[in-house]
Amino acid sequence: MTQVELIALAYQFGLAVAFLILSAAGLAVIFGMMGIVNMAHGELIMIGAYGTSIANRHGLPLVLAALCGVLASTATGVLLERTVIRRFYDRPSESLVMTWAIGLFISQAALIVFGPSLPSISSPLGSVAFGGFSLSIYGLLLIAFGLAVPVAIYLLLSTTTFGLHARATMQNVEVARAIGINSGSVYSATFALGAGLAGLAGALYAPTMSAVPNMGGSFIVQAFVTVVTGGGNLVYGTLPAAAGLGLVQTALTAVFGNLVGVLGLLAAVIVSAKLFPNGLAHRLSGKRFS
Amino acid sequence: MKYLRATAVCSALLVGFPLLAAAESPIKIGLLEDQTGILAQGGLPKVHGAELAVAEINAAGGVLGRPLELVVYDAQSDNQRYQEFARRLTQSDKVDVLMGGLTSASRVAVQPIAERTKTLYFYNNEYEGGTCDSNMAITGVVPEQYLALIPWMLKNVGKKVYIIAADYNFGQILGLWVRKLVKENGGTLVGEEYIPLSVSQFGQTISNIQAAKPDFVFTAMVGSNQVAYFQQASAAGLKIPMASPINGTLLYEHKQLPRPVMANMYLGVNYMEELKTDENKGFVERWRAKYPNEPYINQPGEDSYVGVKLYAEAVRAAGSAERTAVIKAIETKDICTESPEGKICFDKSTHHVSHRIHIVKVEADHSVTTVQDLGIVQPSWLGTMGCDLTKKAESKQFTPEEPKH
Repeated sequence: MTQVELIALAYQFGLAVAFLILSAAGLAVIFGMMGIVNMAHGELIMIGAYGTSIANRHGLPLVLAALCGVLASTATGVLLERTVIRRFYDRPSESLVMTWAIGLFISQAALIVFGPSLPSISSPLGSVAFGGFSLSIYGLLLIAFGLAVPVAIYLLLSTTTFGLHARATMQNVEVARAIGINSGSVYSATFALGAGLAGLAGALYAPTMSAVPNMGGSFIVQAFVTVVTGGGNLVYGTLPAAAGLGLVQTALTAVFGNLVGVLGLLAAVIVSAKLFPNGLAHRLSGKRFS
Repeated sequence: MKYLRATAVCSALLVGFPLLAAAESPIKIGLLEDQTGILAQGGLPKVHGAELAVAEINAAGGVLGRPLELVVYDAQSDNQRYQEFARRLTQSDKVDVLMGGLTSASRVAVQPIAERTKTLYFYNNEYEGGTCDSNMAITGVVPEQYLALIPWMLKNVGKKVYIIAADYNFGQILGLWVRKLVKENGGTLVGEEYIPLSVSQFGQTISNIQAAKPDFVFTAMVGSNQVAYFQQASAAGLKIPMASPINGTLLYEHKQLPRPVMANMYLGVNYMEELKTDENKGFVERWRAKYPNEPYINQPGEDSYVGVKLYAEAVRAAGSAERTAVIKAIETKDICTESPEGKICFDKSTHHVSHRIHIVKVEADHSVTTVQDLGIVQPSWLGTMGCDLTKKAESKQFTPEEPKH
């Protein structure tokens, strides 16, 4: 394998890992800290992409438009938490069905309000050529975000007061309440954070995909397999899980094509779930959370 | 209410008996299309096309003095819904004809129900060809028509071809066709990939294409996930010409994607809204008057319009909407209709339809220019495979043979 091919392959690997991490981040935060499986995760991603696409079409530069997308999904997250999710904190299986219903509702509402698809936005930054290959520079930015997001969340949880309160609430909600932590607002903020991260995934991928009501579906499988493999911790779980799954997928896709790549990804998840039934985070950190 | 009805009946009698008959016995067309779900963008215009055709035919006095009536269900991009609603249309609504279906999978879902309930089934859509079925009329274009594009590309653009296609019967069979045409016309295949519909990230495919250096890429990408390929290829700086029978006609990528993502795409088409023929000009005006907010009149929309018109002609020729009479008319009479493509006709022996084919090119500003008008092309391939429904009633599926290397 030549150096050029190696660089091309490394780039593919980076893209695959970034896609897994960014797809999964919001789901992992909400599952890891609250124990809620948010089945509306894909629709929150769609809201992020729609917000970005609509704001961009109304003349906002892409960076600000992406911010609008993240705000839109965060606001939706806050609204959902206030009205529905908080009634289901102690009923995880009901919350699963509830969030699934919300997801169906959101994607159908998007179809009715905005029609079957939005005009796409163009990928910024152009491409860079080397040795017969050329890569999208925007792809490099996606890779950077894929690495930055888990680190940022880790810093948020380990260095800020919110992080301290959140970790205390996760470990023992009664004791946290007894020492004066408002667990309700910690949960609200966590759900909003998860929704915001979902929106970020949508906003970042909006210039590379078509904005359609069911676009969350193309993230949701990757999101779930990464969280199932990694568990609910972004640094100890999502990051290594995405790296492992991304490696399997990239290698198989490069050698045998896309179909085998997809099958290999799913097979790797089954093997991993058998070997580490509590997720990689549990194995790597010794604990389920933090 | 009673008084009102009595008045209505009286006035109908006064105006004349034919009107009363018309009011009481419409010819019912059961239409199944995807109005929601992942195929909605392709399917919604098909409902509009059928509605437009029905409105025009009824305004001109209906068929055999009877109006057409559409009974529409939303198949929700779900093949189980197709079966459920096909049963409802045939068993409780008792329609005279079934129409609809976007994907080949949906056609295959409806086909046995139409067969069992003895209901004629019109599949009004471009497809991969090969269905020889007495109980069906297939009004869309087939490979020997739209793939006239491939010899043209080999002659005018270059000899080295890379195929990327959706990984299910449509994409796989198209791949077979392209391999066959490339071989017959002295081209070389430098790579091919069949991609699952769930894949939305195409980095590896793009770098495979860059490594293979083809003269053009044949694309048969299906669904909103796979449309992302074009954006990602363009962002990666891939500027190789493309050829496709669908990427532009179904989800109108050149209207949806930012310029110049679809530049240098060549299409073999029976219909595009931009075609500047006289027949199409009037059609676009009538459509846009009825549906001013239509994002784009896609090819399936036109197919659906033409399907209803052809059915009306067949019923007229048969003198009845009864199934066997309509089938007999298709197999024995010259059934043609004026369409946005010009005059197109049923092929008696295969129940397929002739179409006018254009080779068009998408420019950098995403406008569409006609490169060549190939005129009317017959659906000839099934005949060469031995399908002749006028001699023998059957229900068979043919696929092209693997070309020998």
